[in-house]
Formats: sequence, C-alpha cells, structure tokens
Amino acid sequence: MTKSIFQIVLKHARANNVEKVISVNLEIGALSDLQDEWIQRYFDRLSRGTVVEGAKLKTNRVPAVFRCNCCQEQFRVHSLLEEDLSCRQCNSRDVTLISGREYRVQSMEAH
Amino acid sequence: MEEIRLIDIKEEILSDNRGLADRLRQRLSQEKVFMLNLMGSPGAGKTSLILKTISSLRDRYRIAVVEADIESLVDSEKVAALGIRTVQIQTGGFCHVDAAMVEKALGLLPLGELDLIILENVGNLVCPAETDTGAIRNVVILSVPEGDDKPLKYPLIFSVCDALVVNKVDYMDKADFDLGRVKERVLALNSKIRLFSLSCTTSSGVDEWARWLDQEVSAFQRA
Repeated sequence: MTKSIFQIVLKHARANNVEKVISVNLEIGALSDLQDEWIQRYFDRLSRGTVVEGAKLKTNRVPAVFRCNCCQEQFRVHSLLEEDLSCRQCNSRDVTLISGREYRVQSMEAH
Repeated sequence: MEEIRLIDIKEEILSDNRGLADRLRQRLSQEKVFMLNLMGSPGAGKTSLILKTISSLRDRYRIAVVEADIESLVDSEKVAALGIRTVQIQTGGFCHVDAAMVEKALGLLPLGELDLIILENVGNLVCPAETDTGAIRNVVILSVPEGDDKPLKYPLIFSVCDALVVNKVDYMDKADFDLGRVKERVLALNSKIRLFSLSCTTSSGVDEWARWLDQEVSAFQRA
C-alpha cells in the first residue's frame, strides 16, 4: 500500500521536475483500517535518498456515506467504530453503504 | 525562498495491483477456473473450511489450493494429505497476498486440469481486504470465539466480500456472540453479501455453504 503511494508520488515528482516534495495529500475512506503513523513510517523508509525524502503525508479521511432503504435519506458516518448506523432521519436500520472506500493520492506540495 | 507548487495527482492507490488482478480474472474466466479468496483471522478456521469444502465438492470439481498463511506449511500438509494439489506462496513475511504473488502461483498450476482454486490468504482482517488478488469470489470467515464486534472494528473486509462464513457456531452457547447484530451490521456495509453459519467441527451448516459455492462455480463455468 505504502509502496504504491510512494511510486505514484515519485512518478509525478519526476514528471514535474520537482526538487523536493514537501507534503503529499491522501484521500482515504472511513472504511480503511490503515494507521497514519504506520503509513508515514514505511513511507519514510521507502523514500530515503529520493526527492520525496522527508515529505509529510497528510491524510484526509473521507466519511462513509450510507443510504436509508426506507426513506432514501443519505447520511455520513465519520467513524465506522460508531455503533449507530441507523438512518439519521427515520431511524431505520435497513441501510446501505454507498461510499467510503476511497484510496487516492490527491496532490502534493513541492519545490 | 523557492515557491511551493501544488501538483494535482488524483491517482488511485494500488491501481497497478488492480490492473494485474483484472488480467488474472480474465485469464481465469477464459480457462473456466474459479478462484476463491478465503480471508480471516488466524484460528478462524480457514484451513478447516477448506478441508470441509474439498470433501464436499471434490467429486464434482478438480480442486487445487494455494496456501499463503504464514503457518501454512502445516496447512498445506493437511491439504496435500487429501491428495489435493497445493502451491505454497512465499509472502516473505507480507501480511497479505497481492496479484503478483497469485500470478506466480497460477504459473505453477495446470489450469487446464482444474475447476476450482481455493486461495488461503494470510491470517489478517486488515491488509487482505485492501488488496485484490484476482479472485472470482471473496469470502471472509469469522469464528464465534473472536467476538461479534469484528464487523465494527474491521468494516472494510466485510464490505468487499461476497460471503461471510460464521464458523464455530457450536461455541455460541459459551460465547457472548449476537449473530443478529453481526448480520445487521454486515448487511449495512454490504447489502449483497451472503451469510452462512456453520461449524467445521460438527459439520452443521457446511452443506448449505458447499451448495452455494457449487452454484457459484457452475454458473461461472457456464457463463
């Protein structure tokens, strides 16, 4: 996973003649169990000696979106650890996940 | 001070792996070989379910097993004892199987002589969920002693699987496990998921699971 992030960043750094990558913006869905601290640690190891070395990973957690099967209301859930997934409008527990699996390198800041 | 540039990327992480996984799926479809990716925690009963599945379906399908569990030397010996072809994936301490590892394993199997490949993924509920192996169907096995809070703590894996097998239901009396709670949570994460409750020890519920897999494999081969 982290290797994939690193490869994407390095590819774009080269394509843009970047001297140094300062930070990388990731968009990660609420469904992911990945820990920011660990991704950063692996990333630091992989990026050693490249223009990406020292870059800070900034994770933007995208909330999961559910749709209620009764009233069709859509609602966001920021943490899936939250016990309650019932519809915010009608309290139905018959709900369907629409999104929350995002895994994207959005952008980077660089010199 | 040099100017800081914001460079737009918008690229999916793991898209390389997904590309390779799609190519593997295509190849499996052409060869009419159904690959099942079985995931679950260590001790959930992955190997037991594989052994049960083999005895239920070996008369109908030519089966092989791809083993990637870290303790899988023991596991592959159990499977090999049944006279089933097994291939060991060396994950090199990796926490999951990726499409490149599967591609290598498939290269060691005579696909033309097989109908069903069962991939025993590494015992872990996090990383395997992120990584497409090229399987036709993904299944997660959860055992009653692990507790009914797993879909709460590891939502991703339940959202990407085609079926959930709740194993060790014979422990239900001894454990504080609310099957209804698990079902409700899992269906919210994944409305299309199929649910099976069984015990590999008593064999209760195994027939229903095997029937589903049988239907999936035969529908795939007819397609």
